[in-house]
Amino acid sequence: MSTEPAGISIRKLGLAFGDNEVLKDISLDIAPGEFFAFLGPSGSGKTTLLRAVAGFGPRPSGEILIGGQNVVDMPPWERNLGMVFQSYALWPHMTVRKNVAFGLEERRLPAREIAGRVEKALELVGLTKLAERRPSQLSGGQQQRVAIARTIVIEPKVLLLDEPLSNLDANLRIQMRRDIRALQQRLQLTTIFVTHDQEEANTTSDRMAVLNDGRLQQVGTPMELYDNPANLFVARFLGTANILQGSIVEEDSRKVFVSDSGVTFPMDIEGQGQRSIVFRPQNARIHCGKVTGDDAHIALPGIIMHTEFLGSIVRYGVKVGNETLLLDLPHIQGEGLINEGTEVTVLVARERILALAG
Amino acid sequence: MTTQRGPAFAGLMIVLILLAFLVIPVVQVIHVAFQDPASGGLTLVNFVDFFRSSLFRESFVNSFYVAAMSVVVASIIALPLAYFTSRFNFAGAAIIQTLGFVPLIMPPFVGAVAMLLLFGENGSVNLLLDEHFGFTIPFMEGLNGVIFVQSIHYFPFILINLSAALNNVDRSMEESAQNLGARGFRLFRRIVFPLAMPGYVAGAALVFLKVFDDLGTPLLLNVNTMLAPQAYLRISSIGISDPMGYVISVILVVFSLFALWTSMLALKGKDYSTLQKGGGGMLKRDLRGGQRIAAYALILLILALVLSPHIGLTLLSFGTVWSYSPLPDAYTLEHYRMVFGSASEYITNTLLYAGLAASFDVILGTAIAYIVYRTGLRGRKWLDYIATASLAVPGVVLGIGYLRTYNDFNVPFLDKPLASWWVIIVVALTIRRLPYALRACVAALQQVSVMLEEAAQNLGATRSRTLWRVVVPLMSGGMIAGFVTSFATASVELSATIMLVSQESDAPLAFGIYEFMQSASGRGAGAALGIIAVVIVGLGTYLSHRVIERSHRQRTAERQIAEEVT
Repeated sequence: MSTEPAGISIRKLGLAFGDNEVLKDISLDIAPGEFFAFLGPSGSGKTTLLRAVAGFGPRPSGEILIGGQNVVDMPPWERNLGMVFQSYALWPHMTVRKNVAFGLEERRLPAREIAGRVEKALELVGLTKLAERRPSQLSGGQQQRVAIARTIVIEPKVLLLDEPLSNLDANLRIQMRRDIRALQQRLQLTTIFVTHDQEEANTTSDRMAVLNDGRLQQVGTPMELYDNPANLFVARFLGTANILQGSIVEEDSRKVFVSDSGVTFPMDIEGQGQRSIVFRPQNARIHCGKVTGDDAHIALPGIIMHTEFLGSIVRYGVKVGNETLLLDLPHIQGEGLINEGTEVTVLVARERILALAG
Repeated sequence: MTTQRGPAFAGLMIVLILLAFLVIPVVQVIHVAFQDPASGGLTLVNFVDFFRSSLFRESFVNSFYVAAMSVVVASIIALPLAYFTSRFNFAGAAIIQTLGFVPLIMPPFVGAVAMLLLFGENGSVNLLLDEHFGFTIPFMEGLNGVIFVQSIHYFPFILINLSAALNNVDRSMEESAQNLGARGFRLFRRIVFPLAMPGYVAGAALVFLKVFDDLGTPLLLNVNTMLAPQAYLRISSIGISDPMGYVISVILVVFSLFALWTSMLALKGKDYSTLQKGGGGMLKRDLRGGQRIAAYALILLILALVLSPHIGLTLLSFGTVWSYSPLPDAYTLEHYRMVFGSASEYITNTLLYAGLAASFDVILGTAIAYIVYRTGLRGRKWLDYIATASLAVPGVVLGIGYLRTYNDFNVPFLDKPLASWWVIIVVALTIRRLPYALRACVAALQQVSVMLEEAAQNLGATRSRTLWRVVVPLMSGGMIAGFVTSFATASVELSATIMLVSQESDAPLAFGIYEFMQSASGRGAGAALGIIAVVIVGLGTYLSHRVIERSHRQRTAERQIAEEVT
């Protein structure tokens, strides 16, 4: 399709429903052609932010620049952004073909051009054969495709997807997210994808923004965010993490971290006062028996409390001091479990430990 | 599969009742319409005669015109109200919602005389208009009067259906259209209106049907050149052998079926309820200052119009003399004293008839619902179809059918024809109100999970014990609602009863009102009776509303518990 992909810049965006501030001071940039995800728990403001980009909801403060143009005061019908609604919002009184043609008809295009473009869009999503059906005669996945065809046929500057997979069953969801990604790559369309599911965001997006409580938490590639969360919320929200809250104290003229429950991490740490130590369950190893730490590892003695066999990995709960740490070991066929009650040493690589504020 | 002997027997009894008091009388009416009066052979000659007579042609055109115009006027009243409630945030929405039900608690013919006094040629409004502005408006002139009274009475059918349809349009439907470039009136025309259309058509078809079949209003307004009054007058003045009454009946049935069919077609396969979880109807806007004032002014005007029959009737019932003046000369309680003294029989008769009819309706409704939805009896769906078909049978037609079928059928031990025994009135009311009670019972039964019954049977309860101890108690809310709806509407029914009342002492309220309203001197008493009818129906409606609300709350609570458990 012909339109040049547009970049999006959001500057100091704020939005309130009455006294209730739902978006607070959000600034981020999305590059032309980028697949970008808004990720956050329900109530985080991610859908409100997407709707603000599309022009729905109360007028926000700040700026939304699309292709360099501020659209904050532009009504939705002039923005030329294609939005796929969570519920698909297919009009039940129109056939698939009429649904897809709607946006072109509103643009008063010649009938022949409309017919041609509708046909092309239906072909793109593989629905040519179902063009004369009504939405109620389609499966969830097919409805989803109609909603996408209806949106891309207008050649929007940006594609906005509001939790597009949440109404599909698990298998279809994986298929659809691959299809959406492939389509986006083919059309080179700047895309914003709203989801609460980090796996969806990880697998589809080039970069993502994590939102919580109306505030932007962090922007980056999925891997950056997973490996280097900027704060405790992001660390917790993106997968499992061992988080020990504590503080930094001087001990033998060097700074060490002591958790509130009394576990000491002998390591150099920046800053002072309240801190949290974070590491992912797969970033540590378990040794049966006593081992001492070295320059690369911190050794923590503990006892196996419980085991969970999860297929490709085994998750152990290890009691260290008064903390229970979660540790994942890959499961290799033929290897058994470490018995509960076994005394072990947990070895955590120093460079994989993050110290975060709070 | 457990034994089906009990349900089969009950089903058979119901079939016999429906055959005897619905199917056979109606078939009889149709048969007579196609029968040569002289030879008894099948013929179309009666229809030819009908359309040859200029009176009947005029009546036919008038009935059609009045019904169609009532739909138009009712739409004009209902559309802005529906639009305001679904589009804007303002307190008036609550008033409109309540207002929508107010007219329904009074049968149209009761208000007709009061409307004459308020809007007639020498009514309050025209007297005032003439005095201050020097002109009058012929609100109540001939057919205008019927259209005016009927549309004020029946517009809620459109309002309720249309509002429901509009409220079921999810806002994403509109937003996606906006996102694709549509706005303003085009958005309304291409998306919102088509989505609400089935609701509108269903309401409009119902209004058409009710107005086309109505007997009481034209009779009271002395407009006799319409189909239903003609049928009544032919039968009551010329006799039950006159074929014209039957021809008219067939035409009434055909148009009723047509209206019902239209409404079913409008709704069929078009479940446009697009509401999503978490989504909340259409986008609602706030009204600005000027708009707000205009909206309230419009709503107050419509409110005044809608309440005018009630206001007029109240004034009439307390007034001494009310003629050629905007308000009655003085006020008195005399009419009520008189009504409770000499006319109390009307009230007791009504309570008896409507009470009996509503009880039978609930029993029949429960039995039919159970047989249709809980047994595997062959042809069980037909019970539902036949019982519901009574919706398409106008009261006049049922009355004529009973007269024709049961005039020669003497009641054992009483030695008088069944057609002139008071019980036939109860039967007519039962059949007429059965569809309403049946729907309430079906809805109630569908709320009861089959698993609850299976659990009881698993623990040793027989089918009938299960029905009695599990199903009926759980259905009771819906059954009560069905009872009250049937009772309230049966207590003001006129079109069938007017044909079947054979002596004054058997007559119910509606008939009494009609009798009183015939003469100028009886209007006060008639109005007092009318107010009593309004109170009965109003109380009934309120009670059924409360019952439905309570059982709804209960169900919601039960569902929440169930969700928490699973």
